[in-house]
Amino acid sequence: MAADVAGARRTPWVLLSPSLATISLLLIVPMLFIVVYSFWLRTATGADQVGFYLDNWIEVLGDRFYRDILFQTLLIAFYTTVICAFVGYIPAYFVANTRMKSKAFLLLLLVLPFWISYIIRTMSWINILGTSGALNTLLISIGIIDDPVQMLYNQQTVVLGLVHYLLPFMILNVYVSLDGIDKNLTEAAQSLGCTGFQAFREVTLPLSMPGLAAGSLLCFVLAAGTYITPIVLGGPRDAMFANLVFEAIVTQLNWPLGSALSLVLLALLGALVIIYTRYLGIDQIAKSFK
Amino acid sequence: MMSGWSVIRIATILVYLFLFAPVAVVILLAFNANQFGSFPIEGFSFRWFEALWNNDAIVRAFKTSLLLGVLTAAISTTLGTLAALAMVRYDFPGKRTISTLLVAPILIPEVVLAVALLLFLQFLSMPKSFGLLLMGHVVFTLPFVVLVVQARLVSIRRDVEEAAMSLGATPVQTFFEVTLPLMLPAVMAGMLFAFTISFDDITGTLFWKPGGVETVPTQIFAMLRNSISPEINALGAVMVMFTIALPIVAASIARVMAMRKTSASK
Repeated sequence: MAADVAGARRTPWVLLSPSLATISLLLIVPMLFIVVYSFWLRTATGADQVGFYLDNWIEVLGDRFYRDILFQTLLIAFYTTVICAFVGYIPAYFVANTRMKSKAFLLLLLVLPFWISYIIRTMSWINILGTSGALNTLLISIGIIDDPVQMLYNQQTVVLGLVHYLLPFMILNVYVSLDGIDKNLTEAAQSLGCTGFQAFREVTLPLSMPGLAAGSLLCFVLAAGTYITPIVLGGPRDAMFANLVFEAIVTQLNWPLGSALSLVLLALLGALVIIYTRYLGIDQIAKSFK
Repeated sequence: MMSGWSVIRIATILVYLFLFAPVAVVILLAFNANQFGSFPIEGFSFRWFEALWNNDAIVRAFKTSLLLGVLTAAISTTLGTLAALAMVRYDFPGKRTISTLLVAPILIPEVVLAVALLLFLQFLSMPKSFGLLLMGHVVFTLPFVVLVVQARLVSIRRDVEEAAMSLGATPVQTFFEVTLPLMLPAVMAGMLFAFTISFDDITGTLFWKPGGVETVPTQIFAMLRNSISPEINALGAVMVMFTIALPIVAASIARVMAMRKTSASK
């Protein structure tokens, strides 16, 4: 019997060990490595000098160039998140409260873009906003403009592309939250004299906050870490922080600098995740996967 | 004045339009006979799909993506299902920490994850390879499998397992005869999720892929550098159909399997 108890105590660890080994070996240990690498030095000959040099850190933290792009990245992520919150809340609210029979189908449609390729969705905006795209063709044919207008390759189109990419994440998180609210609560508020809007503001909105916060966190972190969207939809000046990392690592092969840059991004977004989990718990994000 | 609800309804329709208009335009342009693959529409044609079929680079990328996706899904579903089982069915010290650790790859920006793994393997003097790509995809998809399977597993009642055990089944027998069949839909969903994420991944893949190897997304990305060709639209249309068809096919297979099982047990 004692052996049985010991066996049962061991079972979860046996089940967990392949995953934990994978994550430790392919994530935790490599993360420690970038910390070490960030203190090495890239020499003119192209070799890495092992040691403890602060040069990369001084360059990354001191250079205006990096600071400006970091600031721009956070700003783009912020705009994206705010727009996603406003634009995403409405359909989530509609589907959660509709009496239509096709509710499940409507929800499926909102989640469908998840499955459609990110790169295809991003480049599709070129078909719409490009000089020979849908919008220019339409505006010319109805005579509003005579020559095509260049609408692409600026910061706004980067935000637009990111909103399009991340909106389903927001909608799903908000929906899960809204769907869990007891409808009797809003009815009670209204029977006590609240108008529909007051009931929403005082009851529904606060109760849906966890979903809104989870969606916002996901949107912000994913937007701030992206580098495909600025390349496809942005202009030469719209690079984001991840573009610098890619440039340093893949193009210049300057791994120590790339390591320091990625750690800056990680520290900023990590701080955000930690603040978030401190107040709301990690479980909220998991809810949207049910 | 319009009621609040109608405003919400109209706004919702606009959001649906926003989500699907770009995709619709890709599909529309894929059938455009125009040689630049842009507006105006000059007639209906399959020529770009034909060009796609004859484009060796794209066909190769498709095969690579398919193989990578299947292997990633198989490995991370196996690992993730075991982990999810431990998280739902057992209590043990340090559970919260491990739960965070299991979802960590989602919370770390993918670029950082990509850099870390790449540097580590370079340090071990292992060159970039398909294996590195596969390892990266497994780490990246694992949390999604754990979350999906865990979420569904919670709703499978423990009683049936206990009933099987009390009737004399060993834990291993119980797992294969009772638990696994019950959680199969969740496992399939996790597998599908892992496959799709792997198939769609571009960020990590661009860091990890060895020279000359392309997956479908990186191939599209490379083609975009020149200009947006009509072939990309055709490829986009194929991928949209593929991604819509895949869950539907998977769901019907699951249904057929379930029906066969019930009729066999009668």
